Amino acid sequence: MDFSSIAFANSLILGLSIASIFFVAALGLTIIYGTAGVINMAHGEFIMLGAYTVYALQTFVGIPYFLCIPAAFVVVGAIGFAIEKSLIRYLYDRPLDTLLATWGVSLVLIQGTRLTFGSDPKYVEIPSFLSTNVEAGALSLGAFRIFIILMALGLAAAVWYIFYKTDFGIKIRAVTQNREMAASFGINAGQVYSFTFALGAGLAGVAGALFGALNIVLPTMGAGYVVEAFLTVVTGGGALMGSAIASFAIGELQSIFALITNSTFAQFLIFVVIVIFLRFRPQGLISASGKRR
Amino acid sequence: MKLSRRNFLKNSAVAGALAAPSIWIPQSRAAWGATLTKGEPIKVGVLFSLTGGLAVPEEDSTLVMQYAIDEINAAGGIAGSPIEPVIIDAKSDFSVYSEKARELILRDKVISIFGCYTSASRKAILPIVMQRDNLLFYPTCYEGAECTQNTVCTGPLANQHSKDLIPYMVENFGKKVFFVGSNYVWPKESNKNAKIWLENAGGELLGEEYIPLGDSEFGPVLNKIREAQPDFIFSTVVGASDIAFHRQFKQAGFSAEDMPIASLTTGEIETKAMGAEFGAGHFLSAPYFQALENPTNEKFVEGFLSSPYGKNGATHYNMAETYNSAYVFKAAMEKAIADHGVEEVTSARVREACAGVKLSADISPEGETWVDGDNFNTWLVPKIGRCKADGSFEIVKQADEHVAPDPFSIYADAGKCMSNGLVAPDGSVRVDVI
Repeated sequence: MDFSSIAFANSLILGLSIASIFFVAALGLTIIYGTAGVINMAHGEFIMLGAYTVYALQTFVGIPYFLCIPAAFVVVGAIGFAIEKSLIRYLYDRPLDTLLATWGVSLVLIQGTRLTFGSDPKYVEIPSFLSTNVEAGALSLGAFRIFIILMALGLAAAVWYIFYKTDFGIKIRAVTQNREMAASFGINAGQVYSFTFALGAGLAGVAGALFGALNIVLPTMGAGYVVEAFLTVVTGGGALMGSAIASFAIGELQSIFALITNSTFAQFLIFVVIVIFLRFRPQGLISASGKRR
Repeated sequence: MKLSRRNFLKNSAVAGALAAPSIWIPQSRAAWGATLTKGEPIKVGVLFSLTGGLAVPEEDSTLVMQYAIDEINAAGGIAGSPIEPVIIDAKSDFSVYSEKARELILRDKVISIFGCYTSASRKAILPIVMQRDNLLFYPTCYEGAECTQNTVCTGPLANQHSKDLIPYMVENFGKKVFFVGSNYVWPKESNKNAKIWLENAGGELLGEEYIPLGDSEFGPVLNKIREAQPDFIFSTVVGASDIAFHRQFKQAGFSAEDMPIASLTTGEIETKAMGAEFGAGHFLSAPYFQALENPTNEKFVEGFLSSPYGKNGATHYNMAETYNSAYVFKAAMEKAIADHGVEEVTSARVREACAGVKLSADISPEGETWVDGDNFNTWLVPKIGRCKADGSFEIVKQADEHVAPDPFSIYADAGKCMSNGLVAPDGSVRVDVI
């Protein structure tokens, strides 16, 4: 293989960027899956809704991009909350049914978006200083990719803080470990699930706000990201740390494989590596709870 | 007799065996069911993706097809019969294409199918179309190297498409080029052609990369481009990926002034979808641009955009080719009906009648074109456009005359595509070459 050390260094940096995209895509799913055990097939559509929220706010209200990101969190979180209250909470003990129900929700969201916004592609505008390239000697990375890396770190820190430093986090972890026991200590498990689901959905909304600028905004854009998200969550095992490590490994490997071979073959190699890994460690890197699974 | 489960099974097995000979469909080329009655609507299939990664160009193909059919029907239809489209969403899934093509032919009994934007989907449905001797109007560009008796193509072949573009780019920007494409047959075959033009122009190929269809991560490719430092990029990336490519290209600090992308796919729809600033300065080779100045095009653009189908706000090479295919169909149908009578028109006879059909400059928005009488591809005038700041194109070069379609231009050893099949240099004829 013929490549310079600079190319290799650049691909390591890019790997970090790909990892951050995987991580942001998977974060909301990690929380929903790791806590409530819900395999949320509508996760990709939450991401899509985040992108459309930004598009709608920019186009119809004229809100600057940076304010659109928290707005996407609130809007999609609220939608997630409503879906949890009206549908998911009746299905917590029936994993196969949640799978089907959330898949149904995803179809409803895709068609609903298509009916509302039309199926022609939209795009999200970002401030021009994010559309540049940051260079340090021969090393370089796009400013927007750096922004996503920072967002990934920030979101990870925020989620870690919520889970491990707040009362709500203690309740979430208690409910995750043993729902009945937690309930008998006076924790309102239903409410904890509702807010966790809303939090996960809101984080997917933030992911959408970021990806909408990198990619194209379409009603079906979620399909690509949901695969990335599930890969990361399944490999990581459902814990926050697991997802972080898994996305780091997948991102770096994909970037290095793509440098050595090409992007298509790199994807193939990634899938092979993950399949082999799961053959020997089906529970993933770090299993959030041994009880449920 | 009491109907027990065992008896039922046994009886139905016997019935099945008896019925089998009568429902057995031999692999003959007899047309399947499509018969016309005078004054009854003429059914055609419209098989594009309205959802998924290919919806970006293909939804507009469906819309413009509906527009063309409305226009033809409003003008009296074909020999007094209106055209009735059966519109299908193939969901960007190649197995859905073939399943729906079968359904269109067997259940809906369409006389022709208009469909597909990618060669992968075309290759998925062609075996079915050929088996039932139906007819596919393929209304966009493709690589060639095919010779069937069941297709008519109104877009440019690889030999027409990049022939002017590569020398133009080498002359204006430099000799070093990097190829980027989606990972399927059309980009790979197009690049084989492009390499020949590149060699003739004295250019140098620095690298060749393919991205999975529908993928949106261009980081690794852009890193390789940065490393290679080409003078320009030759792109055959299609669909949603193409938009991601252009956006990430600019976000990674590349500029169209220093390193333009010369594309075979990035037209008005794509530049509108990516945001004009991301498309500005890049090049496209196509036989049609919305900005073409001729009365037919002005009428087409105005008529389409003000119609209920024009909601996406642009016309596009792919749409002009689709629009033209409807008029080729109309002309061929009229000829077939005049030659054989309405009841005797079959898909094969429509195809036969397509030979040499000429669309005058009054009908075709891209200017006069005609269908080759031997290989049933289209003679057209390739043009090169450069994207302006508002996402529309200015035409910077136009071929002096019509360029002949030659599906086997880089495979001369394979032979020459004629109406009866691929005629090898030794005189042997192969049919259904895909």
